[in-house]
Amino acid sequence: MASIKQNLADQPLPDFRNSGVMLRSLLGVNLLALGAALVQSQGVQDSLQHFIDMAAWVQPLLLFDLALLALLGNSLQRVSAWIGRTLVLLLAAVSAMLLSALWSHLLFADGGGGQGLLRAGLLAALAAGFMLGYFALRAGALSPALVEARLQALSARIRPHFLFNSLNAVLSLIRVDPRRAETALEELADLFRALMRDHRELVPLADELALCRQYLDLEKLRLAERLHVEWDIAPNLPLDLKVPPLMVQPLLENAVYHGIEPLGDPGSIRIRLAHRADALQLDIVNPCAGGAEKQRGSHMALDNIRERLALYYDLEARLETHAVALGDGRHEYRVRIVLPCRAHWR
Amino acid sequence: MNVPAATPSLSLLVCDDEAPALARLRDLLSDIAPQLPNEIVAEADNGLHALAAIEGMRVDVALVDIRMPKMDGIELARHLSRLEHPPAVIFTTAYEVYAVQAFELNAVDYLLKPVRAWRLLEALRKVHRQAPLSAALLAQLPQGARSHLSCHERGRLLLIAVAEIVYLRADLKYVTARTRDREFLLDESLTHLEREFGGQFIRLHRGVLVARDAVSGFEKSGDGDDAETQWQAILRDLPERLPVSRRQWPLLKSFARQLSS
Repeated sequence: MASIKQNLADQPLPDFRNSGVMLRSLLGVNLLALGAALVQSQGVQDSLQHFIDMAAWVQPLLLFDLALLALLGNSLQRVSAWIGRTLVLLLAAVSAMLLSALWSHLLFADGGGGQGLLRAGLLAALAAGFMLGYFALRAGALSPALVEARLQALSARIRPHFLFNSLNAVLSLIRVDPRRAETALEELADLFRALMRDHRELVPLADELALCRQYLDLEKLRLAERLHVEWDIAPNLPLDLKVPPLMVQPLLENAVYHGIEPLGDPGSIRIRLAHRADALQLDIVNPCAGGAEKQRGSHMALDNIRERLALYYDLEARLETHAVALGDGRHEYRVRIVLPCRAHWR
Repeated sequence: MNVPAATPSLSLLVCDDEAPALARLRDLLSDIAPQLPNEIVAEADNGLHALAAIEGMRVDVALVDIRMPKMDGIELARHLSRLEHPPAVIFTTAYEVYAVQAFELNAVDYLLKPVRAWRLLEALRKVHRQAPLSAALLAQLPQGARSHLSCHERGRLLLIAVAEIVYLRADLKYVTARTRDREFLLDESLTHLEREFGGQFIRLHRGVLVARDAVSGFEKSGDGDDAETQWQAILRDLPERLPVSRRQWPLLKSFARQLSS
């Protein structure tokens, strides 16, 4: 299991299955090619021609290598970073030499023989090495951000408001319903244990959902019939999928704090989890008592989750929010998270 | 410092939107009853219900949660302070940093939840020695715009939902709030009201604020020949027209354009 923590400790290979990594590789190598074209040529027009000539060579190679790396992605994550790096360099060099040989064979051109092949291999390895260096630097630059995000996660989550109100509710139960008070304290303990874990490690989706249920149980203690919860979990959901910790619970806390508490009347929170193609889709819907006015103060939790999603998944995850006016004058607030769902390979 | 045995029991209003929190206060109050006789005469789950529950009653102390739906604790305290016999207000809060800072600053009594019996006892004993919170002081506490305004009528405190007000008009001495059904006399200044409800109301005239939602359009009055032509606001629910001053009209143009589009 590749955890974020280990990944950062020894600056691992980038995950080539991530579309963000692919995009960066494509752009980076093409920029290198453009630079090379500029160096080789006299004028701008000239260099454009050079670049186009080179593209016939660079693009197929690049696409082939990226596709292969994406397929290998899983195994590459398993070996140590140095072996992985060597493999990537070798792959780039060998594929470049093969392509070069194929090209000269097809065009009956003299590719410069062994010297030409070697040159192609070296150039490709150089480009690959440059990109790997860039990715390692980028991971290094982001790792303090991950630590920071973790700290933010610690402070942004669980409003003290919730803790003190829950304790107050438990106190009120001790005399009349000691058993319920016991369960409530146990749940509170579990909740805080989960909150105090190391937040860089991904957690199974099932754990995050269990945490959410415990949290909602405690809220029901205070809010009783004012809080309705509707769960809709697709049967094919990969419950062992690893997700960032505290990805869902803060959203539910927002839904209770901004949606149910100011409402006065009973209201319901709908939670839907679906598995579509290669993505996990999570929707949380709550009533919005303030009318069209946005859920104020909820941005901290949302920004925090959005940031962490970007750190874990780069461009492949997204978080969207909408305030929707319903026909009968009521308003709803909707949050949607979409995550890539291929970790069950791991 | 024991309370003399002859002390009549304190009558209390307890207001919290969470049932367990109410239950807890009930327990604590009965725990301290031997030291300080007290009686809960009304319970409510938000400010609006609290005002309805104590209608015509005389209450010594109100224990009021800050964060409640429909009408929060600070707004409730402001309306309570306008009663003929305003109760002493003690706020309860789980964790409202800004409110607590303001309470400290203004020497307003508050209890942190979970409330402790001895703290409650202490706060209730102080009540005898303290003047009730003044409206001016309460107005300094952090809060959003009120949900209701209140006015006195034949000895009763009437609440007017801000959402139902069509316009506010300043006359010589008073401000009149006009709803669909009737008018209410307020003893507040139009300037203050404009500051508090600037988002919901818009100024037509030196003496008139109108609810943005209540305006359906604008029209010109008079024949239009003279220099005296003036714009007027047309209201959705009332037949009367409200005059727009020349000074305000330039500021209202963009609003009028939104309406007609």
